[in-house]
Amino acid sequence: MDLLVIHLFNALLYASVLFLIAGGLSLIYGVMRIVNLAHGNLFALGAFITASAVGQWFAGSESAWLFLLLPAGAIGAALVGAILEPTLLRPFYKRPEEYQLLVTFGILMILEDVMRFVWGPYPLSATTLFGKMGSMNVGEWIYPRYNLLVIAIGGLAGVFLWALIYRTNFGIVLRATSQDMRRASALGVNVNLVYVQAFTIGCFMAGLGGAIIVPSQSAVLGMGVDALVLSFIVVVVGGLGSLEGALFGALIVGVIREIGITVFPEIELAVLYLIAAVVLLVRPAGLFGKPT
Amino acid sequence: MSEVPIALRPAATRSPLRIALWGVPIAVLLALLPYAVDPYQTILLGYGLTYAIAVLGFNLLLGYTGLLSFGHSAYFGVGAYTVAFMVKYLHTESMELFILGTIAASVVVTALFGYVCVRYTKIFFSILTLALSQVLWSLAFKFFWVTGGTDGLRVPTPKLLGFVSPAGADKIEFLSRGYYHYVLAVFIVCVMVMWVIVHSPFGKALQAIRDNETRARFVGIQIRRYRFMAFLVSGVFTGIAGALWVPLNGLTTPDILYWPFSGEIVFMAVLGGFRNFTGPIVGAVVFNYLKTYAVGFTVYWQAFLGIVLVVLVVALPTGIVGTVRLLAAWARRKAYRW
Repeated sequence: MDLLVIHLFNALLYASVLFLIAGGLSLIYGVMRIVNLAHGNLFALGAFITASAVGQWFAGSESAWLFLLLPAGAIGAALVGAILEPTLLRPFYKRPEEYQLLVTFGILMILEDVMRFVWGPYPLSATTLFGKMGSMNVGEWIYPRYNLLVIAIGGLAGVFLWALIYRTNFGIVLRATSQDMRRASALGVNVNLVYVQAFTIGCFMAGLGGAIIVPSQSAVLGMGVDALVLSFIVVVVGGLGSLEGALFGALIVGVIREIGITVFPEIELAVLYLIAAVVLLVRPAGLFGKPT
Repeated sequence: MSEVPIALRPAATRSPLRIALWGVPIAVLLALLPYAVDPYQTILLGYGLTYAIAVLGFNLLLGYTGLLSFGHSAYFGVGAYTVAFMVKYLHTESMELFILGTIAASVVVTALFGYVCVRYTKIFFSILTLALSQVLWSLAFKFFWVTGGTDGLRVPTPKLLGFVSPAGADKIEFLSRGYYHYVLAVFIVCVMVMWVIVHSPFGKALQAIRDNETRARFVGIQIRRYRFMAFLVSGVFTGIAGALWVPLNGLTTPDILYWPFSGEIVFMAVLGGFRNFTGPIVGAVVFNYLKTYAVGFTVYWQAFLGIVLVVLVVALPTGIVGTVRLLAAWARRKAYRW
């Protein structure tokens, strides 16, 4: 029973981080109809920024204020996103999809090496924060408290995003642009501004995912490329462009992965990819996507 | 549409005689190359030619059918791993058997994947091909007692045509002479076969599907079946490329199944220009040089290639061959006016 609780926590932990990455990816696709292959790199960027803020600039510090540095990665990734969208992506909205995918693939390659250049080839970590939270007892097992913080942040981010999209004026504009960009533009919406904002929010979420994961793992080169494919599975299962889909997709992938790691570790990844393929076969638009 | 797609040009400019006029001298030059340059250069070109076969196959989907696959690393990997498994479990030595085995294996895998993938187009096709290719990657990665995991599997130099044996000969010598000519021969056969395919009624039907799916269906083309056939041919070509590549490399690792390699295949096609028959060939060979020299020159080669890719899609979307053709057409017009 206690073991089950721990497995549940692990599944939720994984799901929160995946939701942050895939939710951003899905938001960007929903608004701009662009699949950003560099999205995983923004997740990695968030991880590296927070890791270097906590682990390098303030190394040795034990202060509880360090927790305030956690969002640094998210803000950094958001800034990069705000620069990337108008400069590199905007010229591609009217071009065929293959060019959009290729330009984001190019950005992926560039960002990968920018991180190698800035932080070097070695893993970076911010374990101070992880250690500070200590651990707690779940029955006869010990579980790190920090993981619960990650789950809470993932949940909160989901709630905030839901409120932003369904309960604010900005959300109405965002949804209107997503449904019909030309008509929204005709009604006076500054589409370019909405695009920058949506892309920045998407990048912020990815960066936040990286920032909150880095105290318990390390930031390593290549983590973005791995994360992207997993978040593809999430959005394929949930439906590309749907936020609810990203949430449920992340939960499904989180649970299956946790079961997979304990029961069939060899084919855990293969099972995830196969589930994505099966969902696409049965429901092409994903479980929550609207059929086109 | 201001520019006329290459495929719609009158047939006279593509007569077999004209092709031979260009193709034969190039083939002879390529065949004589090992006697003029050092072995390193020859082997490098050998790599380029194997990639060219892969991208040629890939482009049947992108350029002629209008489907962007982001999972062609899977079929390249199927080719490479089939050879490695044949060496490990069947102790095969003959390159011809490797190629036959690879064709059989890639027909099975592409038929399976294609059956699923051709139901979709556009971005969903890309994501689905990517997801399926990652199934193979994770299997190769996790089942290390079969596939060697990240260490990969070693593949010794094979026997060619049953008598050209690498035994005794220096490996470099073998790869830069005998094996290079073998790759070149297979490459030429592949180019000719692909040429026939894209200019056959079947190829024309694919282009019709690419340009206007609704109208193609109205004319009576069975779209899904044609896409499936194109997928099959495409995957088999890429598989053959993988089989030819692995003796050159001497080793196959899960890296060639990982999705960034699929991205490189797309990169090659766009670099050369995917709306031309020759574009993928040029793109693959140039990309191979570009990457090899960038890797030797800087640790930040990936950023360099990324910048090349971004500049390419922004400034030269028709790729090298497309740009050369545009320039040639411009020069002709200029000359005509004079």
